[in-house]
Amino acid sequence: MRKTVFNGTALPLLLLTPQLVITAIFFLWPAGAAIWQSLLQEDPWGMSSQFVGLRNFTEVLAEPEWRGAAWNTLIFSSSVAVLAMGTALFLAVQADKSIRGANIYRTLLVWPYAVAPAIAAVLWLFLFHPSIGLVGRALNEAGVAWDYKLNGNQAMLLVIVAAAWKQVSYNFIFFLAGLQSIPRSVLEAAAIDGAKPVRRFWTIILPLLSPTAFFLLVVNLVYAFFDTFGVIHALTGGGPGKATETLIYKVYVEGVQNVNLGSSSAQSVILMILVIALTAVQFRFIERKVHY
Amino acid sequence: MRRYWSSLWPHLWLLLGVLIFAAPIYITLIGSTHDASTIGRGDVPLLPGSHAVENYTAAWVSGGSGRFTVSPASRMLLNSTIMALCIAVGKIVISLLSAYAVVFFRFPGRMIAFWTIFMTLMLPVEVRIIPTYQVIVSMDLFNSMAGLTIPLIASATATLLFRQFFLTIPEEYVEAAKMDGAGPMRFFRDILLPLSVTNIAALFVILFIYGWNQYLWPLLVVNDRSLETIVVGMAKMIGTGDAQNEWNVIMAMAVLALLPPVAVVLLMQRWFLKGLTETEK
Repeated sequence: MRKTVFNGTALPLLLLTPQLVITAIFFLWPAGAAIWQSLLQEDPWGMSSQFVGLRNFTEVLAEPEWRGAAWNTLIFSSSVAVLAMGTALFLAVQADKSIRGANIYRTLLVWPYAVAPAIAAVLWLFLFHPSIGLVGRALNEAGVAWDYKLNGNQAMLLVIVAAAWKQVSYNFIFFLAGLQSIPRSVLEAAAIDGAKPVRRFWTIILPLLSPTAFFLLVVNLVYAFFDTFGVIHALTGGGPGKATETLIYKVYVEGVQNVNLGSSSAQSVILMILVIALTAVQFRFIERKVHY
Repeated sequence: MRRYWSSLWPHLWLLLGVLIFAAPIYITLIGSTHDASTIGRGDVPLLPGSHAVENYTAAWVSGGSGRFTVSPASRMLLNSTIMALCIAVGKIVISLLSAYAVVFFRFPGRMIAFWTIFMTLMLPVEVRIIPTYQVIVSMDLFNSMAGLTIPLIASATATLLFRQFFLTIPEEYVEAAKMDGAGPMRFFRDILLPLSVTNIAALFVILFIYGWNQYLWPLLVVNDRSLETIVVGMAKMIGTGDAQNEWNVIMAMAVLALLPPVAVVLLMQRWFLKGLTETEK
């Protein structure tokens, strides 16, 4: 807390005005509207609407399509998080071993962060397209019936790989920083006591890295839930069938294509609760880190 | 000999990682230098071809002539640049001002203002798509650069970052400024801003990429060809992903779409790393 401050009330309020006005108009008002609309049912022509309480929510939660999308989201997000974090941790451990090379490898691995999710999807499409893609064609020639436009599991695999590819660089930066902050003396002491590298990794490095890993898990889940809309929209459009339709994609389909405002709003509200829960978890964790 | 190998393995793994990471980009770069029929047949060569100039010219000038045509890349790159700059600069300016107000003043409603800004962290555009879109339509901002950028400008992360930094500024600076008779805006301009330069640069890199890579929002609020951004336009060219697409031009377009943000990250790597690790604290 700062003791010496400037006096005045009008000036600070004036300074806050732009931020608060934008927040109120484009964040709080729409969020309130989403909550309000989630309690209404509109007739198909949008002429009138009536208050239906929580009926939109019970309907959404009972819908097989919504449950399917929830399941897809679970598979997609956990796979993206595991794949992106696992690869990044492995590469970071390798890079940490060479003291001089670490920065060079960081430069070589860092740039996919800047590639938009939708562009990442397109790049992987060029590789895995069944007829023009290098890998896609090779797979078909080898006897694997590869066509992500027909096979739902293959489509899911492709969006997972494209989404994870982009996120590895982010995780790599944080894992490498975490590894480099582990005191060398601790590792040397363990080595002198006869602990082999594998054992040193599981009993010393991994526990000391767990705060970083936990933080990255939350970030990766948030990324997989929300930022990957572009990957799915550009690559599969939720298809084939509804094989790659995630919760966020379904909100878009319901609200923009089917113009079912009540249902779309109810789904938005469910997602809002999810983000609030994830943010709360993240901040509790940061609070703990500050105390220690 | 064993020592030699144990020090070599990490490098081999890392090189493999770097190769896998670069593979999609390499194929795209190569593909953008061949003609449509070579790629359409599926014989993607591993070495550059001789059609680079015509492919990039086609992307730059016409935005393709296939079934899914978009605005020329020159137009879309300009739109993306304006959008990314407006978002990055806008976020930095309003966050600097609000962090300054919250840290250096005591006034009624200070905590309410702080928590209101903080709440935006929990409301990403993806979860309030339709209502935000309705607000834009009712304000007559549909199909405008203002509608594209202003709703994305509020930023809790940037405000929190500047607040954190301002809290570390020694009390003596403020005392000295007051003693010398400098008013609050003078202090902001002559002392606080110069001290914040590295933080601003770090944040700028992160926010520029954030703005450039926007997808869902531009898809919703813009359907005017002249306002199309390159990330959305490039994805539109794919259509349903048919083999008959003009893949050579699409690949050239993909390269143009990813070049600016990648260049920003590589050229400003020091600030990028600083920004990345600090915005997440």
